[in-house]
Amino acid sequence: MAETTQHADTERAGEPGTGQRKSPPRPRGQLAKREGRAAYFFLAPWFVGIGLITIGPILGSLYLSFTDYSLLSSPEWIGLDNFQRMLEDERLHNSLRVTFTYVFVSVPLQLALALALAFFLDKGVRGLSLYRSVYYLPSLLGSSVAIAILWRQIFGTEGLVNQLLALVGIQGQGWVSHPDHALSTLVVLNVWTFGSPMVIFLAGLRQIPTMYYEAADVDGANGFTKFWRITIPLLTPIIFFNLVLQIIGAFQTFTQAFIVSGGSGGPADSTLFYTLYIYQRGFGSFEMGYASALAWFLLVVIAGFTAVNFWAAKRWVHYGD
Amino acid sequence: MAIDLEKTSETAAAETEPRSPARRGTSRRRRLLKHALLIAFGFVMLYPLLWMLSSSIKPSELIFREPSLIPSAFDFSNYVTGWNALAHPFHRYLLNSGVIVAASVIGNLLTCSMAAYAFARLEFRGKKVFFAVMLATVMLPIHVVIVPQYILFSQLDWINTYYPLIVPKFLATDAFFIFLMVQFIRSLPRELDDAARIDGCGHLRIYWRVIMPLCTPALATTAIFTFIWVWNDFFSQLIFITDPDMYTVPVALRTFVDSQGESAWGPLFAMSMVALGPIFGFFLAGQRYLVRGIATTGIK
Repeated sequence: MAETTQHADTERAGEPGTGQRKSPPRPRGQLAKREGRAAYFFLAPWFVGIGLITIGPILGSLYLSFTDYSLLSSPEWIGLDNFQRMLEDERLHNSLRVTFTYVFVSVPLQLALALALAFFLDKGVRGLSLYRSVYYLPSLLGSSVAIAILWRQIFGTEGLVNQLLALVGIQGQGWVSHPDHALSTLVVLNVWTFGSPMVIFLAGLRQIPTMYYEAADVDGANGFTKFWRITIPLLTPIIFFNLVLQIIGAFQTFTQAFIVSGGSGGPADSTLFYTLYIYQRGFGSFEMGYASALAWFLLVVIAGFTAVNFWAAKRWVHYGD
Repeated sequence: MAIDLEKTSETAAAETEPRSPARRGTSRRRRLLKHALLIAFGFVMLYPLLWMLSSSIKPSELIFREPSLIPSAFDFSNYVTGWNALAHPFHRYLLNSGVIVAASVIGNLLTCSMAAYAFARLEFRGKKVFFAVMLATVMLPIHVVIVPQYILFSQLDWINTYYPLIVPKFLATDAFFIFLMVQFIRSLPRELDDAARIDGCGHLRIYWRVIMPLCTPALATTAIFTFIWVWNDFFSQLIFITDPDMYTVPVALRTFVDSQGESAWGPLFAMSMVALGPIFGFFLAGQRYLVRGIATTGIK
């Protein structure tokens, strides 16, 4: 039942071992040695993986970011040139604008919708599990190529949206082919996948003891007051959890932008997400050094965002007493 | 960790039961209105999917003319055309994806649960540090490591093989699942381990015979999400697989878009439906675990 505590564990991911329960008294001597050996055995695949697949490549990426490397000859050390280039790279700045716009618009919309629906469903609806499943389904499909293909048609010139608009006499346009609207169609796609945060909100709402509401009823509080003064404050850890998770996810958007724009990030770079730009530089033109510098900057941006989130959380997230 | 969502919803429903005959009418109307809204909203959400399904069995020229869900004429040839539109028949790509997915599921189940057992039950030097490192990698974007990984795998001559997609899964690199299982194992009583140890079991046996059988819900969640993630994964498959013989479903679909463009929406939708099929299947079969898994860890 300890849902909220578990979420709290994830949120404090930065602090090692906070989520651990009291461990039993440490076995000493021979026994401890044997337990240690067993532990290293069980962790052996993870050790290899973290070294070769994760930490090694992170450090490799750091090194490559100071080099010029096209896979054909060995990396050539060029110091800070890649970072210098980043300062002047207009397409990069544009891709940052695109990505930030996407994160700042789609995440709040998605979470607001998720919270609204969760609140609505939590009020006791027969057939809850059916509604929950239906709303959740898009979250599973949202990042697939098939859905991106669907989106490309829906918002195309002859697409579904324009057909529906034509029914009410509005002349549509090619949404995905217009620089002013292409990004919005991807925002809609992300908002459409509000089901997964909604499920987490629902679980969080369950954890709020009914006695708070009963006490508020006695005091004659109305629905809005109860929502604003009880539900929201008690839900802040979950809101925070969803916020961190969705922001990190949104920064990594790739498939949708790639398919909708045919890999170009167009029209006029309006869907050139940061990850798509990394792909173009690294795997389109094999500028591995520059791509690494870009990737490292992404890591810094995401880490920075997460850190700011945690810092700001102290001001608005309530962890009970 | 198992929250009883159904039960609480029932009790909540009971509270909204009408109290007096006079109020019964209004509350009933309100309830109906609520359901109407929820159904309408669900319909709007699912409309694109239903529309794609219906378009996949329409003659191509009708796709652009009727937004209605019920086709005025049926044409299943889209599936045949789409199936054979690329260099290989589509089941080739389904099979390729299937192999990668199956291996990934086995890899994740085995190695993530091993790591989780160590973190949840064993004491060892450096445990806190390693645990922190493990948690930190949960959020690591793949884009940061993909370039060096590509270089590493190309030096091993693994490009255009499935090793880059499968081997990492056997090295417990999906930290999310380790975390999920650590949480789950911690909720199991320690007395079980102690009893098994008194009976002479070593750690390997406790892990395999005691803990794993009790972990079924966590293992199921891991299996389902691994399946869906790997099936949907496009980025790493796009990078590591460039040989058309080796294409997976998402990469094949993308090639389809590029080669046929806007002219073949019918077959394209048909194959998109085929690509989504296994996810629908898993969704229907594993809903309980999916919802529980997501409520516990926030995975998508």
